Amino acid sequence: MCFFMRNKFANYHFRSTVARVTFAARFMETQDYLPIVLQSMVAVGFVGLVLVVTHFLGPRRKGAVKDENFECGIEIQGNARVQFSVKYFLTAILFVLFDVEVIFFYPYAVNFKELGSEGFIAVVMFVTFFLIGFFYVLKKGALEWER
Amino acid sequence: MDWFFILEKAILIIILFSLTLFIAMYETYMERKVAAFLQDRVGPDRAGPFGILQPLADGGKMFFKEDFIPNSSEKWLFILGPGIAMFTALMTSAVIPWGTELHLFGRTISLQVADVNIGVLYIMGFVSIGVYGIMIGGWSSNNKYSLMGAIRASSQMISYELAMGLSLIAIVMMSGSLSLKDIAAQQSGSLMGIEGFHWNVFLQPLGFLIFLTCAFAETNRAPFDLPECESELIGGYHTEYTSMKLGFFLFAEYVNMFISSTLIATIYFGGYNFPGLHYLPGNWQALAGTAVLFLKILFFIFFYMWVRWTLPRFRYDQLMHLGWKVLIPLAVLNMLLTGAWMTWF
Repeated sequence: MCFFMRNKFANYHFRSTVARVTFAARFMETQDYLPIVLQSMVAVGFVGLVLVVTHFLGPRRKGAVKDENFECGIEIQGNARVQFSVKYFLTAILFVLFDVEVIFFYPYAVNFKELGSEGFIAVVMFVTFFLIGFFYVLKKGALEWER
Repeated sequence: MDWFFILEKAILIIILFSLTLFIAMYETYMERKVAAFLQDRVGPDRAGPFGILQPLADGGKMFFKEDFIPNSSEKWLFILGPGIAMFTALMTSAVIPWGTELHLFGRTISLQVADVNIGVLYIMGFVSIGVYGIMIGGWSSNNKYSLMGAIRASSQMISYELAMGLSLIAIVMMSGSLSLKDIAAQQSGSLMGIEGFHWNVFLQPLGFLIFLTCAFAETNRAPFDLPECESELIGGYHTEYTSMKLGFFLFAEYVNMFISSTLIATIYFGGYNFPGLHYLPGNWQALAGTAVLFLKILFFIFFYMWVRWTLPRFRYDQLMHLGWKVLIPLAVLNMLLTGAWMTWF
């Protein structure tokens, strides 16, 4: 799959992009992100302000018993730093694995029309590998939550 | 440096911010009214005419409650959790095209805060960071039920993110761009002779259903509201929270609901496009487009509520089964079908 893609990128994209991306173009691209910085400043400001203001607005009463966790309303048994099912952990690891593969599809999808049928066959091969891994995980019973 | 550019973006951001918060506030009112309607009740009707001031009363009350931090919690993480949840909810509106362009004072003002060329990835990225808010909040509470809610929420959100990402690939293949502006603009074409009706939902019905299901799971809304199901987990990941920190978690959910309704409308239902848009002159085009977009958003917000008060909650193994064994293979199939169709037909 790799050499399919490399040929195509060399022909269509690599050379032309290098020629086009001048300093000015790079600057314009950074300017696209300027409003996002602005919005993140407003968002952080709002969140921070509200958290600080409400901290001082409400009443504050301290007490040894009162400051304990609520948990579920009755007396607390032990600590919450307990072991939990390993299946959650397994799900997280599988997510990292598959998400990386999903991300690989994005550059392909953007250039889908230029890459044509050759590119599509390459991606079908990649999807086959993806599905082999997926079915291996299923057959191993990694996603069996009932048991 | 173009200072007018910054000024116009700042104004747009402020307007968008107040609008987001206002809509999130009135979503709470709408939810209670819709629930009341579906259950043959009256709903809130005491604060102001038809109870229209109820969200203000609720918000005011939240502000004046005691800001309680349990002594066995991790104090700073406990504060950080709701902060992250709210921050990520407020950031995603930046890349959404709210309309075409306004022409004012000799300037062309785009009704989009930032037209970045990675719009779709930007949204996916912020959705992923949203997991941290819930996970940090739930873990730092030092409460077994919060922890359960948090790990349920995070593994549910990451599982459905896969299918969501895969369903969006088919859209990206069709548009050839990750920018939401391009995706929205391309839907203005004609379909079956109707101008401005080239909506992706007609071309990607399966992708739309997958995206819709995943959007419900990502926002932790019923029937996927296991992270906070009260019959098992008290209040889920925000059990220990009070005051505006609790408010942030609840508010972030409503903001997310608004944003994901916007995304569904923008990606699959033509965004600001509607048949007859191109007949309108100049600025009216932008304004009418925005108004229609908000009507579509309102419908999807109502749809969220309709589903919440109609369907029962999933069991956790059913949820995981649906996410991994049904939606991911379906999304891959959808992607391959789209590719094959576009390559050879």
